[in-house]
Amino acid sequence: MAKEKNALRLSALDRKATALGLSVGQPLANARAMLPELKVMAANDGADHKLLERIADWCDRFTPFVALEPPRVLLLDVTGAAHLFGGERALLASILATLRKQGFAVRGALAGTAMAARACARYRDGMVVAPGAEMETTAPLPIEALFLDPVTTHAFRRAGLKTVGQVAHRGRRELTARFGSAMVFTLETALGKTEKPISPRNPVPAYSAERNFPEPVATEEIIRTTLVSLAETLAEALEKRGEGVRRLEAAFFRADGAVTRIAVETGSPTREPAIIERLFREKLDALADPLDPGFGFDLIRLSASRTQMCETALADFNADLNAEREIRFLVDRLSARFGAHRVLAFQPNDTHIPEAAGLAIPAQELRQTKSTWEVRRKEEAPRRPLRLLAKPEEIEAIATVPAGPPRRFHWRRVQHDVVRAEGPERIAMEWWRHLVPQPTRDYFRVEDTNGHRFWLYRDGIYVREVGIPRWYLHGTFA
Amino acid sequence: MAGTAEKLASLRATLATAGLETLVANARVPLGHASADTALKGGLERGALHEVYAATNSETAATAFAAGMAARVSGKKKILWIRQDFSALEFGEISATGLVDLGIDPSQILLVCTAHADDAIKAASDALTCAALGAIVIEIPGSPKILDLVTSRRLTLACAQKNVTAFLLRFSARPEASTAETRWRVHAAASLKDEENWGQPIFETELVRNRHGRTGHWVMEWNCDEGLFREPSGGKAAHHRAVVSAPGDGPAAAALEGARAAHAVG
Repeated sequence: MAKEKNALRLSALDRKATALGLSVGQPLANARAMLPELKVMAANDGADHKLLERIADWCDRFTPFVALEPPRVLLLDVTGAAHLFGGERALLASILATLRKQGFAVRGALAGTAMAARACARYRDGMVVAPGAEMETTAPLPIEALFLDPVTTHAFRRAGLKTVGQVAHRGRRELTARFGSAMVFTLETALGKTEKPISPRNPVPAYSAERNFPEPVATEEIIRTTLVSLAETLAEALEKRGEGVRRLEAAFFRADGAVTRIAVETGSPTREPAIIERLFREKLDALADPLDPGFGFDLIRLSASRTQMCETALADFNADLNAEREIRFLVDRLSARFGAHRVLAFQPNDTHIPEAAGLAIPAQELRQTKSTWEVRRKEEAPRRPLRLLAKPEEIEAIATVPAGPPRRFHWRRVQHDVVRAEGPERIAMEWWRHLVPQPTRDYFRVEDTNGHRFWLYRDGIYVREVGIPRWYLHGTFA
Repeated sequence: MAGTAEKLASLRATLATAGLETLVANARVPLGHASADTALKGGLERGALHEVYAATNSETAATAFAAGMAARVSGKKKILWIRQDFSALEFGEISATGLVDLGIDPSQILLVCTAHADDAIKAASDALTCAALGAIVIEIPGSPKILDLVTSRRLTLACAQKNVTAFLLRFSARPEASTAETRWRVHAAASLKDEENWGQPIFETELVRNRHGRTGHWVMEWNCDEGLFREPSGGKAAHHRAVVSAPGDGPAAAALEGARAAHAVG
């Protein structure tokens, strides 16, 4: 039941309710009058959609081409996949039987085009349309089989065109003029005259390998060996094309229909099964929500969702290269466990803004850049602090001269008396990056009586930019 | 004596030509500070666990000290720096430009950020299996439970196995039992009196524990140009200052203080 056009209307019915003569779209008051004992529940579109998604996940085992058509249609392109499941008829029967066993009321059909299949699923449940027979099959179906919008359907009904066949007899030009080309296209595909490929909900991987288990498996050991052997299968295919994977996805299809997908990424193309298995082990170990085998997995699939050409590495005895590879593997492992954003490398960045100059980026994404590190001058004490606060902290500072360094300041409730100070080093903010002009910063390097060294700045030039400038502590030196 | 040195040099050369550099590489790495190196019997041991405790408010000094030591033992190899998120929030994030200014190449460093100390130790255990690393630094604030004797022993064994050196950098922590090869306590030190502006990074370091030698107390300066520690260039007189043990160090620390006084070199 859902609210529609200011009235509570029935949005879905079970079999019994249909048998009793209720219909979708009927006002609730109306239905209650017919059946006072009617039980209604509020419609939950979000949950419905989620459920449909999960069924689609489960359907992934039959073909990678699965498309959603909310609220309740799933389209599978099984071209070239049917023979793996014993032919089209057996495939359709097994999908329908399994879903029914799980308690879903489901209708299905298989045809040469998605629209024809959809129409048949609605009115000819369980049908497998022979190739080329789409026209004969769909022609007698009521016009609703085209799943057009209610206004168009109503218009056809008013015009006396009650079946697909009757509509199909009208001139195309006439129909286009009245209902638009999209409607004509839908009609043509339903008749099997043209074809429109479905757009799969997940990108179809370039490589994938899978293993079916007649008896669901649950032990870690079997999962691990399966991943290794799948990775070996992938590696063979990859090697032929000279490619390596950058992103891999393992899909675990549980016997009860739930599907878990886990992805790992690598910093450089790889196809080493042992490495791939290890990365997955790191990832699985670190999952907050561990992989729950339930009653076991009956299908495990490994697919390469991103690949890249890799330089053919002959067995090289170059120690440097080997070390580099070892480091990359370590980075991949740590990234798989903690997340790529937690394993960082420093990259030089062309900016004079202190907080942006030494940017730490995910180590897996590190590439050669043209920028280099600013060279330090010989015999010069560090000009930049070793530890930089993410957000400069405001301090209370007392300076003797307005433009000079502070004599004394309080930071985190501790008083520091300045003994030595150097500065100012004036750093203007990058005005082209900010809408509101940022005040210029005058940085000072100061040392207190205990030898602690700080990097402070006065925010804004005295009088010219701000009235009474505030002081901030931005970092600490060794 | 000169004969011995020559003999040693020629032996090293022979080893090197025989492709046994690794043997030579296993030798201790001199820090550069003469009397500290003497106490360490030639330098910091590779493939071992070393601890650096920061005195209160001297976290950045201790960071630089650990970074310097890690750079010394690593040479051109990579350094994996594991730090806990809290540490970066409280004491600031390691800055690439700051490393450049210390004479350490930031590209040499990989930073691993972990939410908990447990994760940091996990990352460290994994990293220690990677012989291509020069050193790892594990930066952990406070005294989490995981840092017990068992963990310390495990890290020590892992270090020895692949000859990777580990530095445990501890902030606001009290000293605990461990199997570390050395334990240092680092205070920031004031620039020398006769310098108008500040000079190179300078530390007051106490070697409070040394498995294979005596302990000591030195003021060291990190030379950013040559990448080594040395005696402060301006003279040592300026650096006699009573070191007050940090609050909460307790009787154990007091005993350490006593031991340090006995070994004070200045």
